[in-house]
Amino acid sequence: MKQKKFIRNATPYFFITPWIIGFLVFTIGPLILSLGMSFFDWPLTSDPVFKGFGNYTEMFTKDTQFWKSLTISLKYAAIFVPLNMAIALFLAMLITQPVNGVKIYRTIFYIPAVISGVAVSIIWGWILNGDYGVLNYLLSLLGITGPRWLVDPAWALFAVILASAFGVGTMMLIFYTDIKNIPIDLYEASSLDGASPAKQFFCITLPIITPTILFNLITSVISSFQQVTLVMLLTGGGPLKSTYFYGLYTYNNAFKHHKLGYASANAWVMFIIILILTALIFKSSSTWVFYETEAKNGKKKKGGKK
Amino acid sequence: MKMSMKSKVIIYTLLTAVAVYFLAPFIYMFFTAFKTEAEAIAYPPRLFPSKWLFENFKNAWQSQPFGTYLKNSIIITVMTTAGQIISCSLVAYGFARFEFKGKNLLFMILLSTMMIPWDVTMIPQYMEFNLFGWINTLKPLIVPAWFGSAYYIFLMRQFLMGVPKDFEEAARIDGANAFQIYWKIFMPILKPSLILVGVLNMITVWNDYLGPLIFLHDRSKYTLALGLATFKGIHSTRIIPMLCITIIMIIPPIIIFIIAQKYIVEGTSGSIK
Repeated sequence: MKQKKFIRNATPYFFITPWIIGFLVFTIGPLILSLGMSFFDWPLTSDPVFKGFGNYTEMFTKDTQFWKSLTISLKYAAIFVPLNMAIALFLAMLITQPVNGVKIYRTIFYIPAVISGVAVSIIWGWILNGDYGVLNYLLSLLGITGPRWLVDPAWALFAVILASAFGVGTMMLIFYTDIKNIPIDLYEASSLDGASPAKQFFCITLPIITPTILFNLITSVISSFQQVTLVMLLTGGGPLKSTYFYGLYTYNNAFKHHKLGYASANAWVMFIIILILTALIFKSSSTWVFYETEAKNGKKKKGGKK
Repeated sequence: MKMSMKSKVIIYTLLTAVAVYFLAPFIYMFFTAFKTEAEAIAYPPRLFPSKWLFENFKNAWQSQPFGTYLKNSIIITVMTTAGQIISCSLVAYGFARFEFKGKNLLFMILLSTMMIPWDVTMIPQYMEFNLFGWINTLKPLIVPAWFGSAYYIFLMRQFLMGVPKDFEEAARIDGANAFQIYWKIFMPILKPSLILVGVLNMITVWNDYLGPLIFLHDRSKYTLALGLATFKGIHSTRIIPMLCITIIMIIPPIIIFIIAQKYIVEGTSGSIK
Protein backbone atom coordinates (compact mmCIF):
# COMPACT_ATOMS: atom_id res chain seq x y z
CA MET A 1 0.00 0.00 0.00
CA LYS A 2 2.80 2.36 0.92
CA GLN A 3 4.56 1.58 -2.33
CA LYS A 4 1.45 2.40 -4.29
CA LYS A 5 1.22 5.78 -2.63
CA PHE A 6 4.82 6.48 -3.43
CA ILE A 7 4.23 5.70 -7.08
CA ARG A 8 1.21 7.97 -7.13
CA ASN A 9 3.20 10.80 -5.59
CA ALA A 10 6.16 10.30 -7.88
CA THR A 11 4.16 10.05 -11.12
CA PRO A 12 3.86 13.78 -11.89
CA TYR A 13 7.57 14.27 -11.31
CA PHE A 14 8.24 11.45 -13.72
CA PHE A 15 6.38 13.35 -16.43
CA ILE A 16 8.18 16.63 -15.87
CA THR A 17 11.61 15.01 -15.50
CA PRO A 18 12.76 15.76 -19.07
CA TRP A 19 12.26 19.46 -18.49
CA ILE A 20 13.94 19.39 -15.07
CA ILE A 21 17.02 17.67 -16.49
CA GLY A 22 17.08 20.03 -19.46
CA PHE A 23 16.68 23.01 -17.17
CA LEU A 24 19.59 21.92 -14.98
CA VAL A 25 21.92 20.92 -17.82
CA PHE A 26 21.08 23.42 -20.54
CA THR A 27 19.80 26.45 -18.65
CA ILE A 28 20.65 26.87 -15.00
CA GLY A 29 24.02 25.12 -15.21
CA PRO A 30 25.23 27.26 -18.11
CA LEU A 31 23.68 30.32 -16.47
CA ILE A 32 25.73 29.87 -13.30
CA LEU A 33 28.83 28.94 -15.28
CA SER A 34 28.36 32.05 -17.39
CA LEU A 35 28.09 34.27 -14.32
CA GLY A 36 31.25 32.71 -12.94
CA MET A 37 33.07 33.06 -16.24
CA SER A 38 32.28 36.75 -16.37
CA PHE A 39 34.75 37.29 -13.49
CA PHE A 40 37.58 35.61 -15.38
CA ASP A 41 39.86 36.35 -18.22
CA TRP A 42 38.96 33.22 -20.14
CA PRO A 43 40.69 32.73 -23.46
CA LEU A 44 39.72 29.57 -25.25
CA THR A 45 43.33 28.53 -25.74
CA SER A 46 44.89 28.93 -22.28
CA ASP A 47 43.87 28.71 -18.64
CA PRO A 48 41.41 31.21 -17.17
CA VAL A 49 42.67 33.94 -14.85
CA PHE A 50 40.48 35.44 -12.13
CA LYS A 51 40.06 39.17 -12.48
CA GLY A 52 37.13 40.02 -10.20
CA PHE A 53 34.97 42.76 -11.60
CA GLY A 54 37.70 43.56 -14.12
CA ASN A 55 35.61 42.64 -17.14
CA TYR A 56 32.77 44.83 -15.95
CA THR A 57 34.92 47.85 -15.13
CA GLU A 58 36.73 47.50 -18.43
CA MET A 59 33.41 47.37 -20.26
CA PHE A 60 31.98 50.43 -18.55
CA THR A 61 35.08 52.61 -18.45
CA LYS A 62 37.40 51.65 -21.31
CA ASP A 63 35.43 49.87 -23.99
CA THR A 64 33.87 52.50 -26.24
CA GLN A 65 32.42 49.80 -28.46
CA PHE A 66 30.30 48.55 -25.56
CA TRP A 67 28.51 51.89 -25.25
CA LYS A 68 28.26 52.26 -29.01
CA SER A 69 26.73 48.82 -29.48
CA LEU A 70 24.39 49.30 -26.58
CA THR A 71 23.20 52.60 -28.04
CA ILE A 72 22.67 51.02 -31.46
CA SER A 73 20.61 48.18 -29.98
CA LEU A 74 18.55 50.56 -27.86
CA LYS A 75 17.99 52.79 -30.87
CA TYR A 76 16.98 49.80 -32.95
CA ALA A 77 14.56 48.61 -30.26
CA ALA A 78 13.13 52.11 -29.84
CA ILE A 79 12.36 52.39 -33.54
CA PHE A 80 11.68 48.81 -34.46
CA VAL A 81 9.42 47.69 -31.60
CA PRO A 82 6.70 50.37 -31.86
CA LEU A 83 6.90 50.42 -35.66
CA ASN A 84 6.63 46.67 -35.96
CA MET A 85 3.76 46.52 -33.47
CA ALA A 86 1.86 49.25 -35.27
CA ILE A 87 2.28 47.47 -38.60
CA ALA A 88 1.32 44.11 -37.07
CA LEU A 89 -1.81 45.57 -35.52
CA PHE A 90 -2.73 47.37 -38.72
CA LEU A 91 -2.35 44.18 -40.77
CA ALA A 92 -4.28 42.18 -38.18
CA MET A 93 -7.16 44.66 -38.43
CA LEU A 94 -6.96 44.41 -42.18
CA ILE A 95 -7.25 40.62 -42.26
CA THR A 96 -10.17 40.58 -39.82
CA GLN A 97 -12.30 42.57 -42.25
CA PRO A 98 -15.24 40.50 -43.52
CA VAL A 99 -14.35 40.52 -47.22
CA ASN A 100 -13.97 37.62 -49.62
CA GLY A 101 -10.57 36.09 -50.17
CA VAL A 102 -9.15 37.54 -46.99
CA LYS A 103 -7.72 34.13 -46.02
CA ILE A 104 -5.41 34.19 -49.02
CA TYR A 105 -4.12 37.58 -47.99
CA ARG A 106 -3.55 36.27 -44.47
CA THR A 107 -1.40 33.48 -45.87
CA ILE A 108 0.59 35.88 -48.05
CA PHE A 109 1.23 38.21 -45.10
CA TYR A 110 2.52 35.39 -42.94
CA ILE A 111 4.79 33.65 -45.46
CA PRO A 112 7.78 36.02 -45.15
CA ALA A 113 7.86 35.27 -41.41
CA VAL A 114 8.14 31.57 -42.19
CA ILE A 115 11.45 31.96 -44.03
CA SER A 116 13.29 34.06 -41.45
CA GLY A 117 17.05 34.10 -41.04
CA VAL A 118 19.56 33.54 -43.80
CA ALA A 119 17.09 33.54 -46.67
CA VAL A 120 15.55 36.86 -45.64
CA SER A 121 18.92 38.51 -45.24
CA ILE A 122 20.03 37.26 -48.66
CA ILE A 123 16.88 38.49 -50.34
CA TRP A 124 17.16 41.92 -48.74
CA GLY A 125 20.88 42.21 -49.28
CA TRP A 126 20.16 41.76 -52.96
CA ILE A 127 17.17 44.10 -53.12
CA LEU A 128 19.00 46.85 -51.23
CA ASN A 129 22.22 46.60 -53.22
CA GLY A 130 23.41 50.05 -54.25
CA ASP A 131 24.56 49.07 -57.76
CA TYR A 132 21.86 46.82 -59.14
CA GLY A 133 19.30 46.63 -56.31
CA VAL A 134 15.74 46.79 -57.47
CA LEU A 135 14.58 49.08 -54.66
CA ASN A 136 16.71 51.95 -55.86
CA TYR A 137 15.56 51.29 -59.41
CA LEU A 138 11.93 51.57 -58.31
CA LEU A 139 12.75 54.76 -56.40
CA SER A 140 14.46 56.17 -59.49
CA LEU A 141 11.23 55.66 -61.41
CA LEU A 142 9.68 58.07 -58.92
CA GLY A 143 12.55 60.46 -59.46
CA ILE A 144 14.24 59.66 -56.15
CA THR A 145 17.91 58.79 -55.93
CA GLY A 146 18.00 55.99 -53.42
CA PRO A 147 20.79 55.85 -50.83
CA ARG A 148 23.43 53.13 -50.95
CA TRP A 149 21.53 51.40 -48.17
CA LEU A 150 24.05 48.93 -46.87
CA VAL A 151 27.23 50.95 -47.30
CA ASP A 152 25.99 54.33 -46.10
CA PRO A 153 26.29 54.57 -42.29
CA ALA A 154 23.35 56.95 -42.22
CA TRP A 155 21.02 54.41 -43.82
CA ALA A 156 22.29 50.99 -42.78
CA LEU A 157 20.32 50.81 -39.53
CA PHE A 158 17.20 51.78 -41.40
CA ALA A 159 17.94 49.05 -43.95
CA VAL A 160 18.12 46.48 -41.15
CA ILE A 161 14.78 47.71 -39.78
CA LEU A 162 13.24 47.47 -43.26
CA ALA A 163 14.43 43.88 -43.62
CA SER A 164 13.36 42.81 -40.15
CA ALA A 165 9.87 44.21 -40.69
CA PHE A 166 9.50 41.38 -43.22
CA GLY A 167 8.92 39.04 -40.28
CA VAL A 168 5.95 40.97 -38.91
CA GLY A 169 3.63 38.04 -39.70
CA THR A 170 4.03 36.20 -36.41
CA MET A 171 2.99 39.18 -34.35
CA MET A 172 0.21 39.95 -36.77
CA LEU A 173 -1.16 36.46 -36.28
CA ILE A 174 -1.14 36.81 -32.49
CA PHE A 175 -3.07 40.09 -32.75
CA TYR A 176 -5.36 38.57 -35.34
CA THR A 177 -6.47 35.59 -33.23
CA ASP A 178 -7.07 37.89 -30.29
CA ILE A 179 -9.17 40.35 -32.28
CA LYS A 180 -11.11 37.43 -33.78
CA ASN A 181 -12.12 36.36 -30.28
CA ILE A 182 -13.82 39.65 -29.45
CA PRO A 183 -17.57 38.99 -29.41
CA ILE A 184 -19.21 40.58 -32.39
CA ASP A 185 -22.23 41.83 -30.42
CA LEU A 186 -19.99 44.43 -28.77
CA TYR A 187 -19.51 46.01 -32.17
CA GLU A 188 -23.14 45.60 -33.18
CA ALA A 189 -24.39 47.26 -30.03
CA SER A 190 -22.03 50.19 -30.42
CA SER A 191 -22.95 50.52 -34.09
CA LEU A 192 -26.56 50.99 -33.06
CA ASP A 193 -25.40 53.71 -30.71
CA GLY A 194 -23.81 55.38 -33.71
CA ALA A 195 -20.13 54.74 -32.94
CA SER A 196 -17.80 55.22 -35.89
CA PRO A 197 -15.31 52.46 -36.87
CA ALA A 198 -12.48 54.62 -35.51
CA LYS A 199 -14.28 55.04 -32.20
CA GLN A 200 -14.97 51.30 -32.07
CA PHE A 201 -11.29 50.61 -32.62
CA PHE A 202 -10.15 52.91 -29.82
CA CYS A 203 -12.95 52.13 -27.35
CA ILE A 204 -13.51 48.40 -27.90
CA THR A 205 -10.73 46.67 -29.82
CA LEU A 206 -7.73 48.43 -28.38
CA PRO A 207 -8.64 48.11 -24.67
CA ILE A 208 -9.56 44.43 -25.06
CA ILE A 209 -6.29 43.49 -26.73
CA THR A 210 -4.03 45.34 -24.26
CA PRO A 211 -2.83 42.07 -22.65
CA THR A 212 -1.72 40.91 -26.09
CA ILE A 213 -0.04 44.23 -26.71
CA LEU A 214 1.87 43.70 -23.47
CA PHE A 215 2.91 40.20 -24.53
CA ASN A 216 4.06 41.38 -27.96
CA LEU A 217 5.84 44.37 -26.46
CA ILE A 218 7.89 42.24 -24.09
CA THR A 219 8.74 39.50 -26.56
CA SER A 220 9.76 41.97 -29.23
CA VAL A 221 11.94 44.01 -26.88
CA ILE A 222 13.72 40.79 -25.92
CA SER A 223 14.09 39.62 -29.51
CA SER A 224 15.29 42.99 -30.76
CA PHE A 225 18.16 42.81 -28.29
CA GLN A 226 19.02 39.37 -29.57
CA GLN A 227 18.98 40.35 -33.22
CA VAL A 228 22.15 38.82 -34.63
CA THR A 229 21.62 36.72 -37.76
CA LEU A 230 20.14 39.45 -39.89
CA VAL A 231 22.79 42.07 -39.12
CA MET A 232 25.58 39.55 -39.35
CA LEU A 233 24.59 38.62 -42.88
CA LEU A 234 23.14 41.88 -44.11
CA THR A 235 25.79 44.37 -43.03
CA GLY A 236 28.25 42.40 -40.90
CA GLY A 237 27.91 45.20 -38.33
CA GLY A 238 29.12 47.84 -40.74
CA PRO A 239 29.48 50.24 -42.40
CA LEU A 240 31.73 51.98 -39.89
CA LYS A 241 30.11 49.81 -37.21
CA SER A 242 26.87 51.70 -37.63
CA THR A 243 24.91 48.44 -37.25
CA TYR A 244 27.22 46.75 -34.79
CA PHE A 245 24.37 45.50 -32.61
CA TYR A 246 24.93 44.43 -29.04
CA GLY A 247 24.20 40.79 -29.83
CA LEU A 248 26.78 40.81 -32.61
CA TYR A 249 29.30 42.53 -30.33
CA THR A 250 28.82 39.79 -27.72
CA TYR A 251 29.02 37.07 -30.33
CA ASN A 252 32.24 38.45 -31.82
CA ASN A 253 33.88 38.88 -28.43
CA ALA A 254 33.19 35.23 -27.69
CA PHE A 255 33.65 33.39 -30.94
CA LYS A 256 35.83 35.68 -33.01
CA HIS A 257 38.15 37.19 -30.42
CA HIS A 258 37.82 34.20 -28.06
CA LYS A 259 37.36 36.42 -25.02
CA LEU A 260 34.86 34.08 -23.40
CA GLY A 261 34.94 35.69 -19.96
CA TYR A 262 34.50 39.17 -21.33
CA ALA A 263 31.70 38.06 -23.61
CA SER A 264 29.98 36.40 -20.65
CA ALA A 265 30.07 39.72 -18.85
CA ASN A 266 28.59 41.35 -21.98
CA ALA A 267 25.81 38.79 -22.00
CA TRP A 268 25.02 39.31 -18.33
CA VAL A 269 24.77 43.05 -18.80
CA MET A 270 22.33 42.39 -21.62
CA PHE A 271 20.35 40.02 -19.41
CA ILE A 272 20.11 42.64 -16.67
CA ILE A 273 19.06 45.34 -19.14
CA ILE A 274 16.34 43.05 -20.47
CA LEU A 275 15.18 42.29 -16.94
CA ILE A 276 15.01 45.99 -16.08
CA LEU A 277 13.16 46.86 -19.28
CA THR A 278 10.71 44.01 -18.76
CA ALA A 279 10.13 45.01 -15.16
CA LEU A 280 9.48 48.61 -16.22
CA ILE A 281 7.04 47.49 -18.89
CA PHE A 282 5.24 45.24 -16.39
CA LYS A 283 5.14 48.01 -13.84
CA SER A 284 3.67 50.47 -16.29
CA SER A 285 1.24 47.84 -17.56
CA SER A 286 -1.08 48.20 -14.56
CA THR A 287 -2.01 51.63 -15.87
CA TRP A 288 -2.77 50.63 -19.43
CA VAL A 289 -3.48 46.90 -19.56
CA PHE A 290 -7.07 45.91 -19.10
CA TYR A 291 -7.75 42.33 -17.97
CA GLU A 292 -11.09 40.72 -18.60
CA THR A 293 -11.29 39.37 -15.05
CA GLU A 294 -11.42 42.93 -13.77
CA ALA A 295 -14.51 43.61 -15.82
CA LYS A 296 -16.48 40.44 -15.18
CA ASN A 297 -19.42 42.44 -13.94
CA GLY A 298 -19.55 44.24 -17.28
CA LYS A 299 -20.79 42.86 -20.53
CA LYS A 300 -20.65 39.28 -21.69
CA LYS A 301 -17.28 37.72 -21.07
CA LYS A 302 -14.85 37.55 -23.91
CA GLY A 303 -15.47 34.35 -25.83
CA GLY A 304 -13.06 31.93 -27.40
CA LYS A 305 -11.37 28.79 -26.27
CA LYS A 306 -8.57 28.93 -23.86
CA MET B 1 -21.66 43.33 -40.57
CA LYS B 2 -22.54 45.00 -43.82
CA MET B 3 -19.97 47.08 -45.58
CA SER B 4 -20.30 49.89 -48.02
CA MET B 5 -18.85 49.62 -51.50
CA LYS B 6 -16.44 52.43 -50.74
CA SER B 7 -14.92 50.79 -47.67
CA LYS B 8 -14.65 47.49 -49.53
CA VAL B 9 -12.61 49.19 -52.23
CA ILE B 10 -10.34 50.77 -49.63
CA ILE B 11 -9.80 47.45 -47.86
CA TYR B 12 -8.99 45.55 -51.04
CA THR B 13 -6.60 48.27 -52.11
CA LEU B 14 -4.76 48.11 -48.80
CA LEU B 15 -4.72 44.29 -48.76
CA THR B 16 -3.35 44.19 -52.28
CA ALA B 17 -0.71 46.85 -51.63
CA VAL B 18 0.63 44.93 -48.63
CA ALA B 19 0.48 41.65 -50.53
CA VAL B 20 2.54 43.18 -53.32
CA TYR B 21 5.11 44.40 -50.81
CA PHE B 22 5.44 40.90 -49.34
CA LEU B 23 5.27 38.94 -52.59
CA ALA B 24 7.22 41.13 -55.00
CA PRO B 25 10.67 40.20 -53.66
CA PHE B 26 9.89 36.50 -54.07
CA ILE B 27 8.49 36.86 -57.56
CA TYR B 28 11.39 39.00 -58.70
CA MET B 29 13.85 36.57 -57.10
CA PHE B 30 12.17 33.65 -58.81
CA PHE B 31 12.53 35.17 -62.27
CA THR B 32 16.07 36.35 -61.65
CA ALA B 33 17.22 32.86 -60.68
CA PHE B 34 16.80 31.82 -64.33
CA LYS B 35 18.86 34.69 -65.76
CA THR B 36 22.52 34.90 -66.61
CA GLU B 37 24.82 36.50 -64.07
CA ALA B 38 25.24 39.57 -66.29
CA GLU B 39 21.52 39.93 -66.79
CA ALA B 40 20.90 39.67 -63.05
CA ILE B 41 22.98 42.71 -62.28
CA ALA B 42 22.04 44.65 -65.40
CA TYR B 43 20.75 48.12 -64.78
CA PRO B 44 17.96 49.02 -65.32
CA PRO B 45 16.72 45.57 -64.24
CA ARG B 46 14.17 43.60 -66.20
CA LEU B 47 11.66 41.27 -64.62
CA PHE B 48 11.72 38.33 -67.02
CA PRO B 49 14.84 36.49 -68.15
CA SER B 50 15.59 36.77 -71.86
CA LYS B 51 16.31 33.04 -71.84
CA TRP B 52 15.23 30.61 -69.12
CA LEU B 53 18.35 28.89 -67.78
CA PHE B 54 16.99 25.95 -65.85
CA GLU B 55 20.48 24.58 -65.43
CA ASN B 56 21.19 27.44 -63.00
CA PHE B 57 19.64 25.36 -60.25
CA LYS B 58 21.65 22.30 -61.09
CA ASN B 59 24.88 24.31 -61.23
CA ALA B 60 24.13 26.05 -57.94
CA TRP B 61 23.37 22.75 -56.25
CA GLN B 62 26.62 21.24 -57.49
CA SER B 63 28.77 24.25 -56.60
CA GLN B 64 28.98 22.98 -53.02
CA PRO B 65 28.00 19.70 -51.33
CA PHE B 66 24.43 20.86 -50.92
CA GLY B 67 23.19 17.29 -50.93
CA THR B 68 25.08 16.74 -47.69
CA TYR B 69 23.84 20.04 -46.26
CA LEU B 70 20.29 19.07 -47.09
CA LYS B 71 20.73 15.70 -45.41
CA ASN B 72 22.08 17.36 -42.24
CA SER B 73 19.25 19.89 -42.20
CA ILE B 74 16.69 17.11 -42.53
CA ILE B 75 18.31 15.02 -39.79
CA ILE B 76 18.35 17.96 -37.37
CA THR B 77 14.83 19.07 -38.21
CA VAL B 78 13.29 15.60 -37.91
CA MET B 79 15.19 14.66 -34.75
CA THR B 80 14.43 17.91 -32.90
CA THR B 81 10.79 17.81 -33.89
CA ALA B 82 10.43 14.27 -32.60
CA GLY B 83 12.18 15.29 -29.39
CA GLN B 84 10.05 18.37 -28.84
CA ILE B 85 6.80 16.55 -29.46
CA ILE B 86 7.60 13.72 -27.07
CA SER B 87 9.22 15.65 -24.24
CA CYS B 88 7.02 18.74 -24.34
CA SER B 89 3.85 16.67 -24.31
CA LEU B 90 5.08 14.62 -21.34
CA VAL B 91 6.00 17.72 -19.36
CA ALA B 92 2.87 19.63 -20.36
CA TYR B 93 0.76 16.64 -19.29
CA GLY B 94 2.57 16.58 -15.95
CA PHE B 95 1.94 20.25 -15.33
CA ALA B 96 -1.61 20.33 -16.63
CA ARG B 97 -3.20 17.22 -15.14
CA PHE B 98 -1.56 16.63 -11.76
CA GLU B 99 -1.33 18.35 -8.43
CA PHE B 100 2.04 18.02 -6.76
CA LYS B 101 4.34 19.74 -4.34
CA GLY B 102 6.27 22.64 -5.83
CA LYS B 103 4.20 22.64 -8.99
CA ASN B 104 3.51 26.36 -9.06
CA LEU B 105 7.07 27.27 -8.26
CA LEU B 106 8.43 24.95 -10.95
CA PHE B 107 5.99 26.30 -13.47
CA MET B 108 6.97 29.88 -12.66
CA ILE B 109 10.61 28.92 -13.17
CA LEU B 110 9.71 27.33 -16.48
CA LEU B 111 7.96 30.50 -17.63
CA SER B 112 10.77 32.76 -16.51
CA THR B 113 13.35 30.79 -18.49
CA MET B 114 11.67 32.17 -21.59
CA MET B 115 13.15 35.53 -20.63
CA ILE B 116 16.77 34.43 -20.54
CA PRO B 117 18.45 35.60 -23.70
CA TRP B 118 20.19 32.85 -25.55
CA ASP B 119 23.36 34.93 -25.59
CA VAL B 120 23.82 34.36 -21.87
CA THR B 121 23.75 30.58 -22.09
CA MET B 122 25.33 30.30 -25.53
CA ILE B 123 28.93 30.70 -24.36
CA PRO B 124 28.85 28.23 -21.44
CA GLN B 125 26.78 25.84 -23.55
CA TYR B 126 29.54 25.92 -26.10
CA MET B 127 32.04 25.04 -23.36
CA GLU B 128 29.76 22.31 -22.07
CA PHE B 129 29.40 20.71 -25.48
CA ASN B 130 33.12 21.10 -26.00
CA LEU B 131 33.65 19.14 -22.81
CA PHE B 132 31.24 16.43 -24.00
CA GLY B 133 33.17 16.29 -27.28
CA TRP B 134 30.07 17.30 -29.19
CA ILE B 135 31.48 20.27 -31.10
CA ASN B 136 31.44 19.68 -34.82
CA THR B 137 28.74 17.04 -34.47
CA LEU B 138 25.00 17.46 -34.88
CA LYS B 139 24.38 16.59 -31.21
CA PRO B 140 24.36 20.13 -29.73
CA LEU B 141 21.66 21.00 -32.23
CA ILE B 142 19.55 17.93 -31.50
CA VAL B 143 19.93 16.76 -27.91
CA PRO B 144 18.59 19.85 -26.06
CA ALA B 145 15.32 19.55 -27.98
CA TRP B 146 14.73 16.19 -26.28
CA PHE B 147 14.36 18.02 -22.97
CA GLY B 148 11.62 20.33 -24.13
CA SER B 149 11.33 24.06 -24.74
CA ALA B 150 9.54 26.31 -22.27
CA TYR B 151 7.45 28.02 -24.92
CA TYR B 152 6.17 24.79 -26.47
CA ILE B 153 5.50 23.23 -23.05
CA PHE B 154 3.52 26.32 -22.13
CA LEU B 155 1.55 26.14 -25.38
CA MET B 156 0.62 22.48 -24.85
CA ARG B 157 -0.15 22.94 -21.19
CA GLN B 158 -2.60 25.72 -22.05
CA PHE B 159 -4.28 23.35 -24.47
CA LEU B 160 -4.49 20.48 -21.97
CA MET B 161 -5.87 22.71 -19.22
CA GLY B 162 -9.06 23.00 -21.22
CA VAL B 163 -9.79 19.26 -21.27
CA PRO B 164 -12.50 18.22 -18.75
CA LYS B 165 -11.48 16.12 -15.74
CA ASP B 166 -13.81 13.20 -16.59
CA PHE B 167 -11.53 12.15 -19.43
CA GLU B 168 -8.93 10.50 -17.31
CA GLU B 169 -11.27 9.52 -14.47
CA ALA B 170 -13.19 7.09 -16.65
CA ALA B 171 -9.94 5.55 -17.86
CA ARG B 172 -8.57 5.35 -14.32
CA ILE B 173 -11.62 3.40 -13.18
CA ASP B 174 -10.92 0.97 -16.03
CA GLY B 175 -7.49 0.44 -14.48
CA ALA B 176 -5.31 2.47 -16.81
CA ASN B 177 -2.15 3.94 -15.31
CA ALA B 178 -0.97 7.51 -15.78
CA PHE B 179 1.29 6.68 -18.67
CA GLN B 180 -1.42 4.77 -20.51
CA ILE B 181 -3.77 7.68 -20.01
CA TYR B 182 -1.16 10.05 -21.40
CA TRP B 183 -0.44 7.88 -24.40
CA LYS B 184 -3.92 6.58 -25.29
CA ILE B 185 -6.10 9.49 -24.29
CA PHE B 186 -4.14 12.70 -24.17
CA MET B 187 -1.82 12.24 -27.13
CA PRO B 188 -4.78 11.95 -29.55
CA ILE B 189 -6.52 14.95 -27.94
CA LEU B 190 -3.30 16.93 -28.18
CA LYS B 191 -2.97 16.35 -31.90
CA PRO B 192 -3.64 19.95 -33.03
CA SER B 193 -1.22 21.21 -30.44
CA LEU B 194 1.39 18.63 -31.42
CA ILE B 195 1.10 19.67 -35.03
CA LEU B 196 1.45 23.33 -34.09
CA VAL B 197 4.57 22.72 -32.03
CA GLY B 198 5.97 20.42 -34.69
CA VAL B 199 5.49 22.99 -37.43
CA LEU B 200 6.85 25.91 -35.39
CA ASN B 201 9.88 23.86 -34.43
CA MET B 202 10.48 22.64 -37.98
CA ILE B 203 10.41 26.17 -39.34
CA THR B 204 12.66 27.55 -36.60
CA VAL B 205 15.23 24.77 -36.81
CA TRP B 206 15.26 24.71 -40.59
CA ASN B 207 16.07 28.43 -40.67
CA ASP B 208 18.47 28.43 -37.73
CA TYR B 209 21.81 29.94 -38.56
CA LEU B 210 23.52 30.89 -35.32
CA GLY B 211 23.39 27.44 -33.71
CA PRO B 212 25.00 25.62 -36.65
CA LEU B 213 27.45 28.48 -37.07
CA ILE B 214 28.73 28.08 -33.52
CA PHE B 215 28.72 24.31 -33.22
CA LEU B 216 29.68 23.08 -36.70
CA HIS B 217 33.04 23.62 -38.38
CA ASP B 218 33.44 21.08 -41.18
CA ARG B 219 31.63 21.53 -44.44
CA SER B 220 30.50 17.91 -44.20
CA LYS B 221 28.45 18.89 -41.13
CA TYR B 222 26.96 22.09 -42.54
CA THR B 223 23.24 22.69 -42.80
CA LEU B 224 21.49 24.34 -45.74
CA ALA B 225 21.28 27.69 -43.94
CA LEU B 226 24.99 27.62 -43.23
CA GLY B 227 25.86 26.59 -46.77
CA LEU B 228 23.67 29.31 -48.20
CA ALA B 229 25.34 31.91 -45.99
CA THR B 230 28.76 31.03 -47.42
CA PHE B 231 27.69 32.67 -50.66
CA LYS B 232 27.75 35.96 -48.80
CA GLY B 233 31.18 37.45 -48.63
CA ILE B 234 33.41 35.22 -50.67
CA HIS B 235 31.80 35.78 -54.04
CA SER B 236 29.49 38.66 -53.48
CA THR B 237 28.93 38.98 -57.21
CA ARG B 238 27.75 35.43 -57.77
CA ILE B 239 24.11 36.16 -57.24
CA ILE B 240 22.53 33.46 -59.35
CA PRO B 241 23.58 30.37 -57.34
CA MET B 242 22.80 32.25 -54.16
CA LEU B 243 19.26 32.99 -55.30
CA CYS B 244 18.73 29.45 -56.62
CA ILE B 245 19.66 27.94 -53.26
CA THR B 246 17.54 30.51 -51.42
CA ILE B 247 14.54 29.44 -53.48
CA ILE B 248 15.23 25.77 -52.81
CA MET B 249 15.62 26.45 -49.10
CA ILE B 250 12.43 28.45 -48.62
CA ILE B 251 10.14 26.02 -50.41
CA PRO B 252 9.81 23.37 -47.63
CA PRO B 253 8.80 25.80 -44.85
CA ILE B 254 6.28 27.49 -47.13
CA ILE B 255 4.70 24.17 -48.09
CA ILE B 256 4.60 23.02 -44.46
CA PHE B 257 3.06 26.29 -43.39
CA ILE B 258 0.36 26.23 -46.07
CA ILE B 259 -0.60 22.66 -45.16
CA ALA B 260 -0.62 23.32 -41.41
CA GLN B 261 -1.80 26.91 -41.34
CA LYS B 262 -5.16 26.01 -39.81
CA TYR B 263 -3.33 24.70 -36.73
CA ILE B 264 -1.01 27.67 -36.55
CA VAL B 265 -3.84 30.18 -36.66
CA GLU B 266 -5.96 28.28 -34.12
CA GLY B 267 -3.05 27.36 -31.91
CA THR B 268 -1.90 30.93 -31.59
CA SER B 269 -5.18 31.97 -30.01
CA GLY B 270 -5.34 31.70 -26.26
CA SER B 271 -1.76 30.58 -26.04
CA ILE B 272 -0.51 33.74 -24.43
CA LYS B 273 -2.83 34.49 -21.55
